[in-house]
Amino acid sequence: MNKKFMAILVPVVSVLIALAISTIIIILIGKNPIDAYGALIKGSFGSKQAIADTVIKTTPLILTGLAVGFGFRAGVFNIGAEGQMVMGALIAATFASNFGFLPPLIAIPLTILIAMSVGAGYAAIAGFLKAKTGAHEVVTTIMLNWIATYFASYMVTGPLKVGSGTPKSPEIADSAQLPILMKVGAIEMSAGIIIAIIAAIFMYILLNKTTTGYEIKAVGFNPYAAEYGGISVSKNIVLAMAISGALAGLAGATELMGVHHRFLGELSGGKGFDGISIALIGQNNPIGIIFAAFLIGALRTGSNEMQFIGVPKHMVMIIQGIVIFLVAADRIVRTIMIRKRVEK
Amino acid sequence: MRILEAIFLVFINPLFYKITLTAATPLIFASLGGVYSEITGVVNIALEGIMLLGAFTSVLFTWLTGNVWIGVFMAVISGLALAWLHAWGSIKWAGNQVVLGTALILIAQGVTGFLMEPIFGKPGQTDFVGKVEELRIPGLADIPFIGKVFGELSPFVYMAFAAVAFSWWLIYKTRLGLRMRSVGENPEAADTLGINVYGIRYFGVLMSGVWAGLAGAYLSVGEVGHFRELMSGGRGFIALAAMILGNYNPVGAMLASLLFGASSAFANQMQSSSLIHVSATVKPLFDMIPFVLTIIVVAGFVGKSHVPKADGVPYEKEA
Repeated sequence: MNKKFMAILVPVVSVLIALAISTIIIILIGKNPIDAYGALIKGSFGSKQAIADTVIKTTPLILTGLAVGFGFRAGVFNIGAEGQMVMGALIAATFASNFGFLPPLIAIPLTILIAMSVGAGYAAIAGFLKAKTGAHEVVTTIMLNWIATYFASYMVTGPLKVGSGTPKSPEIADSAQLPILMKVGAIEMSAGIIIAIIAAIFMYILLNKTTTGYEIKAVGFNPYAAEYGGISVSKNIVLAMAISGALAGLAGATELMGVHHRFLGELSGGKGFDGISIALIGQNNPIGIIFAAFLIGALRTGSNEMQFIGVPKHMVMIIQGIVIFLVAADRIVRTIMIRKRVEK
Repeated sequence: MRILEAIFLVFINPLFYKITLTAATPLIFASLGGVYSEITGVVNIALEGIMLLGAFTSVLFTWLTGNVWIGVFMAVISGLALAWLHAWGSIKWAGNQVVLGTALILIAQGVTGFLMEPIFGKPGQTDFVGKVEELRIPGLADIPFIGKVFGELSPFVYMAFAAVAFSWWLIYKTRLGLRMRSVGENPEAADTLGINVYGIRYFGVLMSGVWAGLAGAYLSVGEVGHFRELMSGGRGFIALAAMILGNYNPVGAMLASLLFGASSAFANQMQSSSLIHVSATVKPLFDMIPFVLTIIVVAGFVGKSHVPKADGVPYEKEA
């Protein structure tokens, strides 16, 4: 069977199997799956507001998906997009609340740059440790996620704290907020989605049209052969983690500058982990990642509506888990497809 | 110098040693799980998810039957189920073991969160359902200092040390243990000698489900008596670090777990020290200590430990 066709077919069939399994689970807890999926679709596409909300939720997911996907292409599993996003947004928020004296033309790129550099630097710690000592990036980035979470909680309950109630940082300057593209009722859709799509194009060019991209892919594909061919493996592992972290930091920036306008504890909310399923469903391809992020974004938005009729929104996590499992063990799906063909 | 005095007082307080033991217990169980799986050549990062599911299942069945030990038993069964999925995906279908582990963590987080409302009627946290009674050893409890540390402990603590002794014997003194290690080092050679590579790997991964399931049961019915969403809180990964630091050896993993346990006990005791007034704001910084230590340890020791040669590499028979 055609290789490209399979690359699309495996994730699509995996999503369908996951939906079938979750249908069974919904029936088991005594709910009507048609109502549940109806609510899901209504919640994500049922109105102009719902669609705008889906696009807003999709924006950071494209970026975390690109972050994880870029890592996979380079042979590193960046499970720490969550922490890189938190650190990027947190430090950017700290600076950007004082950017009132700057015009937007400087304040916006500067805030983005801070978030991306912090994300890159934070991820590079794991890259450096892997390159120098062989410490597996999965363990180190998970630890860095926890450290980021605790550090952020210290910052917003301590030095940055404003007001009472939910711990939060002060609002960033107006000039550092992303321009609003569209206003639907109370929902403001910022230019974040454009940034996300530009990032996808950037990743495509970097991976397919540049020497750096070629070297990073070579190290990911076969580090021994790459080293033999004169490509420095350590340098490229650190670089790959840094670029991956910069994309995660950018996800933090769009959430900070386009949605919340301040740092809150729930700013990341599992979006870094969603990046893993998005990268796998999108087969680490920038265009695939945009579609996959849109799918997960729609599921996340719609699941709130589903919760109203008594189906907990954790359903989306189960669906994602099953999809990741099936894409990782893709021979399961391939075998099913081949058997079907033989039967025909 | 108040801070040095505070540190000194922590170290001479028997409570510090007791908390070290209780904080190390789930890590000992889970890192043993890691050892069983990885010496046969299967990377198992799903420990975090198995612990979480075990914690949930033991609370669920304790609540249903009123008997904590039935809860603990069911935690083991749930651990076996999730571990079987990992074995099936990574051994039979030769999937990427790290990604499969991530999928299983997500599934465990999803399933436990999903079932909270339909079963317990509210999200987040269950009510107290009952817990395993602490074991009071009459003579020992009366000895000064030592009695305060060992006199009254959860039976899980003793089970953890027994499990380490048993595992050391199984892995280094029996034929099965030799086979497990050979399959993780060189599956082709083991296969040539007639060892069932797939069977041994299934055994290793399933046993990791047993131990990590017990670790989870300890977190809920062993320690606090209720379940809270995401209560495993990264300890599955700290256990993996303990396994690496312990050189993939049950005794080493236990010592490393005790070190991590001591670091949480230290953070815990410093926070409540009356000498240095730790404000609530600074507490998160203390909570970071075990995670920072884990990174240092993993980075400092990974090159020096002997990783099983075929760890993480799916074995495929040549046709």
